[in-house]
Amino acid sequence: MKILVCISKTPDTTSKISFVNNGKEFNSEGIQYIMNPYDEWYALVRAVELKEKNGGSVTVINVGDVSSEIVIRKALAIGADDAIRVDVSPESSLQVAKEIAAHASGYDLVLTGKETIDYNGAEVGAMLAELLDLPYVSFAFKLEKEGDNWLVSREVEGGTETLKVGGPIVLSAAKGMAEQRIPNMQGIMMAKKKPLNVVASIGAEKGSVVASHEMPPAKSGVKMIAPDDMDTLVKLLHEEAKVI
Amino acid sequence: MSVLIAVEPVNGTINKGGFELATFARLTADQLGTEANALVLGNASNAGELGKYGIHTVHTLQHPNLEVFDSQVYSKVIAQAAKQLGANIVVVRHTANGKSILGRLAILMSADAVSGVNAAPQAGSVFTVSKSVYSGKAIAHYQLSSNTKVLSLMGNALQPQFLGQEVNPQAISLEVGNPKLQLVSRETETGHVPLPEAEKVVSAGRGMKGPENWGIVEELAAALGATTACSRPVADTGWRPHHEHVGQTGVAIRPNLYIAIGISGAIQHLAGVNNSKTIVVINKDPEAPFFKAADYGVVGDLFEVVPRLTEAVKKFKNA
Repeated sequence: MKILVCISKTPDTTSKISFVNNGKEFNSEGIQYIMNPYDEWYALVRAVELKEKNGGSVTVINVGDVSSEIVIRKALAIGADDAIRVDVSPESSLQVAKEIAAHASGYDLVLTGKETIDYNGAEVGAMLAELLDLPYVSFAFKLEKEGDNWLVSREVEGGTETLKVGGPIVLSAAKGMAEQRIPNMQGIMMAKKKPLNVVASIGAEKGSVVASHEMPPAKSGVKMIAPDDMDTLVKLLHEEAKVI
Repeated sequence: MSVLIAVEPVNGTINKGGFELATFARLTADQLGTEANALVLGNASNAGELGKYGIHTVHTLQHPNLEVFDSQVYSKVIAQAAKQLGANIVVVRHTANGKSILGRLAILMSADAVSGVNAAPQAGSVFTVSKSVYSGKAIAHYQLSSNTKVLSLMGNALQPQFLGQEVNPQAISLEVGNPKLQLVSRETETGHVPLPEAEKVVSAGRGMKGPENWGIVEELAAALGATTACSRPVADTGWRPHHEHVGQTGVAIRPNLYIAIGISGAIQHLAGVNNSKTIVVINKDPEAPFFKAADYGVVGDLFEVVPRLTEAVKKFKNA
């Protein structure tokens, strides 16, 4: 079984976000980058578990410049066998999907995280599935191999559903799919020797890109209410905030 | 050119999210001097009501192949409808299903795509849409130059408005492919509004000290008609189910009212909830960072404050 896991580099969850150049550019000063948590905790770890159980290989692919290699090495330390880095700084999900699609043929399973924690788009998986003409299951929290089929459980509006589908498929992974794995020393040492193939960009079109950013409006300040006066809080929520 | 919304009924009815979509489409169409139409995929008893929220023509499509949601089948149907109806802007909801349609439509229709749009577009000389990014820590503006556009609308981003009359839905004939996905089972959660759509959310954290104490949270939620949520440590320790986890790596929400009980307000938690219209924080620690992001704050023992608030809400509702 051949599995491809798409991984992205995102600012650490504790990052303070700001922009420079009139809101056009992300201010990367002092920012620590991590592997997008959904890609790492759920997509990658489940891929490694499936390989451990059924045999095969796990390849990770990232669209990014050389600064992505730290998260790619981490993916190799967690258990991926080899990696592809498409050498271009991505600006849109369309660009990422098209660059990945150029290398995504011949896999039984292509996994992404449910979304990245920077642009929260949840777009790449669906675009990739369409480009590869494959079925797509989004927000999957359970994935099992059953003979020639995949058994997938996913979140839907107002509940969950379980689906059966023959391979190959593209799938986005959500919480519940797997548990985070901390790479051990042996994994980290082995990761240094695993192949990381850098390939040139195909020059994919970008489609819609961000024109500018701004910060959300700041709260005007908190109104404190005495803990024994909840009638006042209810009154304010009704008359001032108009939410009840 | 026109605007087309694709609506999926949930359990046989179009919910508030569908009406938000109708209003969004109408506001967009008005700016462009065109009309907003709807494609309803599946059986909906209230499809004609979309007219009240601004839809010109409601097209309905019922087909056994639509009974299982296969994004490949749905996307091809929607792209076909857009072509047939001359729509150049297609809008879907930013739900699990909507997200899996959006990316496919972007490819199928060679369209500019933006997911999770959070307000009506500015369709002046340049078509501009905005969305919340970095899990609520910032807002991004997109300028779309392509004539064809596909958007997904964030739930509760705008309120449905009465912009028209109820209409008679018309059946549309479209080719529906065979799904590759086969439905094995479906579990429906009933009795509460799912978090991403909830208008009121009561959320609690480690300050609750243990899962056995959650009764007071549920009572407050019941009194308000709110959905319950929790912080990440609470979900990770198994006190509450994972689907209740709101925050940067959980569900991002934007209710009208968010009440945070015994949650300190770590930056990752705030990221998922700071789009809430009104935030109430109840915490015994006056230094809790959450107070800085709150509209109303109560410093006190939550085991005393929360039942008192529940009583006050009940008293208000009965008055």
